[in-house]
Amino acid sequence: MNRRFDIKHYQGFLAITCLCLFILYAPLIIVMIYSFNDSASITNWGGFSLRWYADVFTGPESEKFKLAAWNSLSIAVMAATVATTVATAAAIGMIRGGQFRGKSASFALISLPIMVPEIVTAVATLIFFSTIGFKLGTLSILVAHIVFCIPFAYLPISARLQGIEASYEEAAQDLYADRWRTFRYVLMPIMWPGILSGFLLAFIISLDDFIITNFIKGAGIETLPTAIFGSVKQGIKPNIMALSTLLLLFSIALVTLSYFIGKRGQEPYPTD
Amino acid sequence: MAAGTGSGRTVSATFSPVRGWLLLPSWLVIGIFLLVPVLLMLVYSFLTKEFRGGVIWEFSLAAYDQFVFDRGLFGDDPPKIEWAYITIFVRSILQALGATVLCLLIGFPTAYFIATRPANTRAIWLFLVTIPYWVNLLIRTVSMKFLIRDNGPLNEALLAIGVIDAPLQLINTNFAVQLGLFYSYLPFMVLPIYASVERYNFALSEAASDLYAPKWTILRSILLPVVKPGIIAGCILVFVPSLGAFLAPDLLGGAKTFMIGSLIEEQFKGNAGNWPFGAAASMILLSMVLVVLLFYARAQSREQT
Amino acid sequence: MNIKTLLGSTALVLAANAAAAEGSLSLYHWFEYIPQELIEKFEAEYDVDVTMDTYDSNEALLASLKAGTLGSYDLAVPGDYMVEIMAGEGLLDAIAEGELANKGNIQPEWLDVSFDPGRMYSIPYQWGSTSFSVNRDVYAGDINSTSILFDPPAELAGKINMLDSQGEVMAMASLHLGIPQCSTDRDQLQALDALLQGASANWASFGSDIAKDVLVSGDAAAGMIYNGFSAKARAEGANIEYAYPDEGYVVWMDNVVLLKDAPNRANALLFMDFLLEPENIAAVTNYAQYAAGVTGVAEFLDPELAVMPENNPREGAGPGAFIAVCDQATQEVYDQIWTRLRS
Repeated sequence: MNRRFDIKHYQGFLAITCLCLFILYAPLIIVMIYSFNDSASITNWGGFSLRWYADVFTGPESEKFKLAAWNSLSIAVMAATVATTVATAAAIGMIRGGQFRGKSASFALISLPIMVPEIVTAVATLIFFSTIGFKLGTLSILVAHIVFCIPFAYLPISARLQGIEASYEEAAQDLYADRWRTFRYVLMPIMWPGILSGFLLAFIISLDDFIITNFIKGAGIETLPTAIFGSVKQGIKPNIMALSTLLLLFSIALVTLSYFIGKRGQEPYPTD
Repeated sequence: MAAGTGSGRTVSATFSPVRGWLLLPSWLVIGIFLLVPVLLMLVYSFLTKEFRGGVIWEFSLAAYDQFVFDRGLFGDDPPKIEWAYITIFVRSILQALGATVLCLLIGFPTAYFIATRPANTRAIWLFLVTIPYWVNLLIRTVSMKFLIRDNGPLNEALLAIGVIDAPLQLINTNFAVQLGLFYSYLPFMVLPIYASVERYNFALSEAASDLYAPKWTILRSILLPVVKPGIIAGCILVFVPSLGAFLAPDLLGGAKTFMIGSLIEEQFKGNAGNWPFGAAASMILLSMVLVVLLFYARAQSREQT
Repeated sequence: MNIKTLLGSTALVLAANAAAAEGSLSLYHWFEYIPQELIEKFEAEYDVDVTMDTYDSNEALLASLKAGTLGSYDLAVPGDYMVEIMAGEGLLDAIAEGELANKGNIQPEWLDVSFDPGRMYSIPYQWGSTSFSVNRDVYAGDINSTSILFDPPAELAGKINMLDSQGEVMAMASLHLGIPQCSTDRDQLQALDALLQGASANWASFGSDIAKDVLVSGDAAAGMIYNGFSAKARAEGANIEYAYPDEGYVVWMDNVVLLKDAPNRANALLFMDFLLEPENIAAVTNYAQYAAGVTGVAEFLDPELAVMPENNPREGAGPGAFIAVCDQATQEVYDQIWTRLRS
């Protein structure tokens, strides 16, 4: 039946949406624009230039940032891998483990890192490492990152697993496949988009973390966010803006990748 | 998405004999490296402060006492209520509430709008809204600082248009902190509401409209109750992190007006060096968050009965 | 990415972090206090890999070491009073006679200091003063009084940045009131508290590493600042003048100390000797714009340093005072005042 008006339309919502996007992007776009500013001053436009991007890679601070970037990336890869493995096992245990006492406790534990405010986690971890004499360094950062990556990896994996019928595994087990083979050859291929999504999510979360890393990093270890923070406290310099823009583009690339993986997962599964 | 032509059950017991082993790694990792530390922090809040940082393993209520009572500069005045810390907590709650309300006012219409777009463009809108989320929080806060400082682009634009005569003092104010919090967590409000509205069956609205209900009544009385879980989820996802924030007050507020996060940070990294007090403040913050989550869980279960 | 690649790269990263331990030095230093070229010179001369972390106040340095970073750093650069505190807390390693080849280069007046008699733990790094600077475009009146900070004129109210450093703020406040530092007199402590709580309404922010930036960018019209840092701000375009108040101002000496459980003790001593050579420490002075405590630097210094107003107190300025170390009871009161001030 035709309507004279669109039932879904509300006056002003489009305007507010545009306002929302404007607020979200204005600061970032301004930073991007000034990253091309030829003058070192952050308030006067000196002309278009790529010198700050060159400075990020070759300037006086570039060594520090490169090392920090390497630290960030390697920690993120390792933390995401371990977290994804742990989360996959936990998801299978929770969703294919039937009902058992302690199931809700398990779920609460897995979600704990997201519930606890970051500063509380940071403080508690610092106190813990300090009490047991665990030397602060790359390893301490890695351990802390694994902990808070687990729930983030868990979310897409469990969402995916919940959408898969158990009939495949049951069929495999009827054919005398043991549990490992059931997982490896039946479950994992179907779960794969979820696992990959979880890995990417955990990777980005680890890459981005500032508060916890700042509290428990050891001597001489910088990750990209902590290095940027140290630089930023001394004033917003154009090379930081260039670095921020690069990070923004990198994040966009990762999110796009994650999106396409997610789309692949929604393709109908062959049924013959 | 359910694949296949089987019985349709997705929660089953195909791996139940090994569930203990499957859950063991997560129990170990989170148990040892988060649960134990939080419990240790609880213990620390009841210890004695060591001079110039650290703790002495002696039981003491001094940390909590310092929160509640003002015993004067020298510790021997008759106890009055210590308003300074209560003020910090109230201020943090108000800032977090303010940020939540701002996010709701802007986030709800946005989420609704996106959810009612044609299916193929929806993904693009969503993409646009989530991209800033993937930018490091530090960079987002710093870019906001850059925008609103006295001789920053915003003031320059306003001056150029002629709306104001002198630069607005925006940086280093409570408003700046609020703006920073709002800016940091806005996507967290939009996404859950979007998810809720997307699942809403607009046939309900059409039916109500057939019965001559005006549009805004439809919104208020029919859509909102159905979408409420998404709204509440969004509010929690903004409120909880805002409560413990310390980047926004530090970078945008001039490190002058403390929120709980800054108070805690100062005890461990700054000049004050009172570990039990910092641990106590963290425990209080954690309790506040747990209370909010408990309310949420209770509201959820009541919805489902 | 298969398992083998993953394990391989993990091993590589852990090995890379371990391999850097041979011929390395871990430095814990203030922000913006040593030129990168000097570090590179040391790295080239001695084939040592230097990593550097920064802190922004003496108290933050102490907090970090006590929180568990002791044992990860070789050297730190605390201020005078903090050397005394750190020695008392057992955080420093003694340097035996003869371990430092260049110890004789230390200027005689800086050899036997009250905070480290006989220089058992430290060597001089730089010395200077802490006061405040005012933007002359905003306020043109008399700035030579601590009232600018604690009872500012209308043009400056709400636009003042204070250093995020308990020692220096408390010392300036004591000088303003004319009371002794670390006073044990209750009335004086009450007055100190009242002054600070009242004055804070006029302060825009607390920050040490931003002290230069806020003056250059105009976010603050006046601010506490170290003399050399102020000279740098002036060089970056801020129209500021460094004040020498009638009531007095803070003087300090920063020192390089050998930390307890230093992982690279031998390299640490090499670096200390390196910094005692006049040419090298002069590079620091030219960069940071303070003054060195080593003989023979004069020929290597930039000529403007000698005539800079930030290095030459005016006639009639008040006394320069070192920050005093308080006893425990008074320190606890100071901590209380400080925490209340920041909240």
